[in-house]
This record gives sequence, structure tokens and C-alpha cells, in this order.
Amino acid sequence: MNVQTPVYMDNNSTTRTDPRVVEAMLPYFSEDFGNASSKSHPFGWKAEEAVDLARERIARVLNADPKEIIFTSGATESNNLAIKGVAEMYADKGDHIITVVTEHKAILDTCKRLETEGKRVTYLDVKPDGLIDLQELADAITDKTILVSIMAANNEIGVMQPVAEIGKLCRERGVIFHTDAVQAFGKVPLDVQAMNIDIASITAHKIYGPKGIGVLYVRRRNPRIRLTAQMDGGGHERGFRSGTLNVPGIVGFGMAAKIAFEEMEAESARLTALRDKLRTLVMDSTSDVYVNGSLEHRLPGNINMSFNYVEGESLLMGLKDVALSSGSACTSASLEPSYVLKALGVGDELAHSSLRFGLGRFTTEEDVEYVAKRVNHEVERLREMSPLWELAQEGIDLSTVKWSPH
Amino acid sequence: MPYSDKVVDHYENPRNVGSFDKNDVAVGTGIVGAPECGDVMKLQLKISADGVIEDAKFKTFGCGSAIASSSLATEMVKGKTLEQALAIRNTDLVQELALPPVKIHCSVLAEDAIKAAIADYQSKQAKMKSAETLVNSVEVTGAVAVAA
Repeated sequence: MNVQTPVYMDNNSTTRTDPRVVEAMLPYFSEDFGNASSKSHPFGWKAEEAVDLARERIARVLNADPKEIIFTSGATESNNLAIKGVAEMYADKGDHIITVVTEHKAILDTCKRLETEGKRVTYLDVKPDGLIDLQELADAITDKTILVSIMAANNEIGVMQPVAEIGKLCRERGVIFHTDAVQAFGKVPLDVQAMNIDIASITAHKIYGPKGIGVLYVRRRNPRIRLTAQMDGGGHERGFRSGTLNVPGIVGFGMAAKIAFEEMEAESARLTALRDKLRTLVMDSTSDVYVNGSLEHRLPGNINMSFNYVEGESLLMGLKDVALSSGSACTSASLEPSYVLKALGVGDELAHSSLRFGLGRFTTEEDVEYVAKRVNHEVERLREMSPLWELAQEGIDLSTVKWSPH
Repeated sequence: MPYSDKVVDHYENPRNVGSFDKNDVAVGTGIVGAPECGDVMKLQLKISADGVIEDAKFKTFGCGSAIASSSLATEMVKGKTLEQALAIRNTDLVQELALPPVKIHCSVLAEDAIKAAIADYQSKQAKMKSAETLVNSVEVTGAVAVAA
């Protein structure tokens, strides 16, 4: 097998910048270094032209107008601007926000901050497959609700929420709908018109673009969404986000979006097949493996599996030639397993036993075969060492054992 | 997180993985931790009649540092008397394995496992002794009965 190690299988975390993207960016570090706000000379004009093209390319992926694309430093800033910006701008209209327990920390912690400032936040639970219950959302909306923020696809388990249905519901009830579309953008179709999305956060580095450049899509009409800017300055980006534009980053984001959009259909089919192959190769030879989250409503390149009786961090340590993430946060002093997996109702011990596989554009079939082989081998080795496996083999139900938690 | 060479060595080449018969009166078994906390250690000691740990085995569900802590613990207790084994402190393991602060609980768990295994052995021995005493007293009573 011709596999270059370490194998990178953590594409939900970040992606390698595509060489075509790097190439597109390079001139904007050197000869075309102008400030896109400089209106008085060709250096500025050229930079502005490049930014406009990137805006168009990104807007096309969302079926948006280029004027609705606001550049930021990344998705964390986009999420902060969206939620705080709406909360502040629409404070007269209401003080209630609805989000979901499995959201990214950039959403949850922003909402927690607003709670300390007197806003009220409802955190919707998810079903065992990771999806929200639309009726629960409908029931949670009150006349004080100003914003619903629900992610398009989850970063840990790849589960895709019913964005179109959520958008329709929010539109009917007159509530602004924001979606953290970081994982979904460029991977699966997103249409801000058809899905009634009012605000969306996206970032370049998840789609083979550079780090440090993000976008907030902000709807301009039907309805026009306003936000209170969170930084004061030169009033760039329609006044939503001051700061000199990161022209090379923006150019890279534009090129990354163009490639992702053009290759989406073929790439989505390829990654779905590879991901299913990985799952099958693992589950066919290793017992007691569980997939976390819906398989049906899932990003093409993501699979998250729990390996019962084996602890995730030790499994990662064994798989040192594969770059992966664990749902176990044993690396922190808290010993808390992933809050996303807990929200699905996955027991703590299975949550501690989970790995996230993020396949991407540069993942090959050989990579998948290699990783499956390594996973099967390490799980077997660690189970031989596991007292839980031993008890289970003796037919003892682990839930009946009296443990001594520490 | 970067692991020390010693942790990696114990993780990749764990010493004394396995099990003894937990019903053997010469074996003390300690199981500590909980699956929901992410680590469970089983440590077993085989103890000679004169109270020396002749052999030790472990099985651990947990991170690399937990596996290394229990593997090292089995090495450290071998050849020690129960008193000497009880004197092993988690800090000895921390030092030997160069565990970072977030992994100190792994060494605590290993120390607890040693203590639990010894306690199990001692309670088995005590039970056996009281059973023997009971048998002896029955014999004595029987002898008395015969004499009467």
C-alpha cells in the first residue's frame, strides 16, 4: 500500500489550502498589494477588483447578492457579529434567542455572554440522531424571540439540520434566522433564498482556503437585516465590519469557493463513497462499534464512531500515524467527554470511546484502507488490555457493576 | 499532547497485561475508576504465604498515561512486601513517567488500585482465617461431644 503517513483525516478541523488557491493569492502579497479602500490609484483599484470577484464567487455558492457578503476574520467573528449584532440592533423588539445544545462554542459562549447581559436564551435539545425537533422549535418561539441560530451541519458528528424547514418556520413567525454554515458551505447545496436564511457564517479554511478569513452573509432585502457593528472604525463592509480588507485572504476564499462549487457534485459523491467504505471496513471486522448521529442527514466526508470498551485518547495515541480527533476531552483536567455526543444521549463511556474521521479533497482510497486497517488493529490491541472488554466477554452487564468514580 | 518517552514505551510495550483467577485466595484484585470517567484500572497481585508480591497483572481502560501508570505499578510492586507496596505513592509514578498536571489523576488511580488489591487480598485471608477458626472450633466441640 502506497500511503504517505501521517494520514490527515481531520478535515472537519481544518483543510490543506488547495495549491490553486495558494497560486491565486500570491500576487496579492507582492505586486498587487494595494488597499481595496484606496480609490485614488490603480493599486487600490486592482485590489478592489479582486475583492469584488471573490465576493461574486462566494455569493454564487449561496445564491446571494455579492453586496450581501461581509468579510470578517473567520467564523468565530462572524458568529459573534451575527448574534451580538442582532441582539443589540433588535433590543427594542425582543430579548429572546433560540439556539441548540450541539452548536459550536462560538455560538454557545456568545449566547452565554448575552445571558449575563440580561438576554434570554433557549437551548433546544436534539434527538438521538442529532437532529432538532421542528415542533419544539416552533413551540419555543415567542413574541419576544428575535433570533434563531441553528447550525447547518455539526462539526463533530456532521449531522445536517433541516435548514430549509427551519428557515420557513422562522420566516412565517417573523424571526431572524442565522445559521453557522461553516461545515456545510461548499460541501452541500445551500441557497439563502430557497432556505430563507437571513444570516450565515462561513469560513475559508474548511473549504481548502486560507485561515483567518471568514464571511457573514447578511440579507439585504425581504427582509433587510440590520446589525449593530461590534468594532468601531472606518465603516468598511457596509458599516458592519470595520478594518482594512485582507485582500490575499479574500482572493483565496473566492478561489476556494469557486472550486468547491464547481466540484461539489462529484466530490460529494466521492467522499460519501469513501466515508461509507471506511465505516464498512471498520464495522465488518470490529464488533461493538457505533456510529454517532444520523447517517442519512450527514455531511459527505464525516463519520464519527464509538469503539466500545476502548478509551478514545489511548486509541488516538495508538493511531499516531493518523491525524484524527477524539470526542473524549481527557486532555483537559475536566475529563468531560464531548458535549455534542452527550446531547445525543450517548453514554459517557461511549462518548469517551469516540473518534471523528474527517475525510477531504486530498483523502485517497488507499488512505481509507490504511486507516481502517490501523483502527481495527489498535482497537483489538487495546481491548486485550481493557478490563471492560474482559467483563463484557464474561457476559457481565457493565451497567450493573458498582464502580468507584473518582 | 506530547507524551514522555516512558509513557510511550509503557503504552506500546505494556508490562504484565493479563489476569489471574480472581477466586484464588493468593490473589488480590483491585478495580478502580469508572467507565463514565474515562478510566478503569484492574490490578491483580499474587501474594506468597509470607506476604511478598510474587507477580502482578493489570488491565486498563483509559488514556495512554493511565495505561502507563498501571503498567509501571505492576513493575514496582513485584518482589515487595505488602507494607512496602502500600508505601508506594502516586508521586513516585508521576516522577518516573514525567506525567503532566492534567494526568496526575492517572497516577492516583494506580495508587488506589494497589491499595484496593491489597485490601481485597487481606479481606480474603481474613475470611479464610475465620473459616478455619470456625472449622477448628467445630472440631473442638465435636471432640468435647465425643468425650462427653
